Amino acid sequence: MLRFAARRLAFAVVSVAAVVVITFLLVHAAPGTPMLGTAERTVASPETIARQRALFGIDRPLPEQFLRYTGNLLRGELGESFVLHRPVADVLREAVPRTLLLGGTALVVSLLLGLAIGALQAARHHSRTDALLGAATLVLYSVPVFWLGLILVLVFGERLHWLPVSGMTSAGLGEGLSPLGRALDVARHLVLPAASLALVQAAAFARFQRSALVESLGAEYIRAARAKGLPERTVLLKHALRGALAPTITLAGLSVPYFLAGSVLVESIFGWPGLGRVAYDAIFARDYNVITATALVSGVLVAAGNLLADVAVAAVDPRVRLDR
Amino acid sequence: MSPWRAAARRFRRNRPAVLGAVLVAALALAALGAPLLAPDPLAQPDPVRLQDRPPSAAHLLGTDPYSRDVLSRTLNGARVSLLVGVGAALLAVTLGTGVGLAAGLAGRRTDEVLMRGVDVALALPRIVLLLAVFAVWDQAPASAVVALIAATGWFQASRIVRAAVLSLREADFVSAARALGATKPAIVRRHLLPHVAAPVIVSASLDVGNIILLEAGLSYLGLGVRPPTPTWGNMIMDGKDVLFSAPWVALAPGCALVLTVVAFNLAGDGLRDAFDPRMAA
Repeated sequence: MLRFAARRLAFAVVSVAAVVVITFLLVHAAPGTPMLGTAERTVASPETIARQRALFGIDRPLPEQFLRYTGNLLRGELGESFVLHRPVADVLREAVPRTLLLGGTALVVSLLLGLAIGALQAARHHSRTDALLGAATLVLYSVPVFWLGLILVLVFGERLHWLPVSGMTSAGLGEGLSPLGRALDVARHLVLPAASLALVQAAAFARFQRSALVESLGAEYIRAARAKGLPERTVLLKHALRGALAPTITLAGLSVPYFLAGSVLVESIFGWPGLGRVAYDAIFARDYNVITATALVSGVLVAAGNLLADVAVAAVDPRVRLDR
Repeated sequence: MSPWRAAARRFRRNRPAVLGAVLVAALALAALGAPLLAPDPLAQPDPVRLQDRPPSAAHLLGTDPYSRDVLSRTLNGARVSLLVGVGAALLAVTLGTGVGLAAGLAGRRTDEVLMRGVDVALALPRIVLLLAVFAVWDQAPASAVVALIAATGWFQASRIVRAAVLSLREADFVSAARALGATKPAIVRRHLLPHVAAPVIVSASLDVGNIILLEAGLSYLGLGVRPPTPTWGNMIMDGKDVLFSAPWVALAPGCALVLTVVAFNLAGDGLRDAFDPRMAA
């Protein structure tokens, strides 16, 4: 198990390194000189630009630039935001936990919801319930997450006034609330953005879970379990679900990029001040250092998600450890 | 009956799949015919009176804040979505087939290197990388959007093709062809490609919907294909600012997106079930 985990860790390190190289290459291969666009000149002072260009050695040959870039990264030096006039590392340190809260909530909710729907469909497959849920998940799976966010704002915020649609806390209340009150306030603000992210992904999980379960319901060991007279409930929940567990964990790990991309699209709609919002603002302002840094942090988070999922799968399914 | 005919028959008998195929065909016609079908083909801003107006007889889906006809722009927006969705899926699957064939047929060394590379590539945050590139690359043309989405989307297809080639390489009919003196390219063309075609078509068709959503997300962020060319993504971006006062601006392109992606997913699910009846549960 330890050896397996170590191998997966090495793989995670390689993929993060690949993100570093690819981000660097793509950004330099794209037309336009980094840090010399019109956008930067309008938002940043000439001194800031000069300082950043010197830090990254922008006028040096490409290989030297790359060495400087990786050297800076290893020291945790991500440069300075042109727009926010702050070190990028500080900006990210604030933003990443907020996105982990939002994305983590959405992941847990979508996983539970998706597994429940998929299991219900598989238990009654070819029934009317199955068909209805199948249609519902197909439509939900096809909805652009940012559009769903806008619809939720329109319906629950504007028309019904049920939930707050902007920010992470209620303005002006922060000091007067007890810790519990503050947590509840954040939770209320979390509902709509988390729902936007979770609903679409729940549909993806449900579609996957249904077909994985239906397939494992046809397996030999299920026939054996039925043959010895176990109630259908036990067969489904104890035997079939366990067989479908490992692929679902893998899928959950693979869904990290979806939640990251979703947070770029959704956080700005709900004014959630996380990594996605930082990336969104940086994209519109062409805030170069922030853009590359958010790509990098995303690469690390995605690799971490895969790594966790791999180790979790190996924990529940010993056969996996023998592979490779 | 040939496997292709059998698959076609299974597809025709699958009502949701047929519905998806019909919708896809209708959307393709709408996209092609947009210049003729749109009530206001150019949908230029009205310089005299810039205003969003609710749906009416003159503008069935209303106008956006620049007085442009939303129905016309939605029809025109179909062009970018379908071009990018279908174009990038086809290009990606072609690349993936090429790499998969190379990995499956070349020696162990090449195979090892290619597939380890694919392992890493599959672990990269595709969308975030695309965001970074397009954010730096202002004014990327539609062809660049297609190329970059394809360049970051062929990995799964290459695995599918490689697996199929490995299982077929030593099959009796391939050995027989080789013994009869068939050249390598001929074996690939006559014996391998027809067998890898089905899984590859299924994977490409299921990919189209995701790519359309990906492109919409990019253009919602103002990246990729730029305004004033209407895309469903940048129309939703325009509609976001007037969401409460003129919700129709964002609703129309959003509904068009959902309909299109549902259509491709229905057709794709149908193709998968038709080619692999074992999977049709």
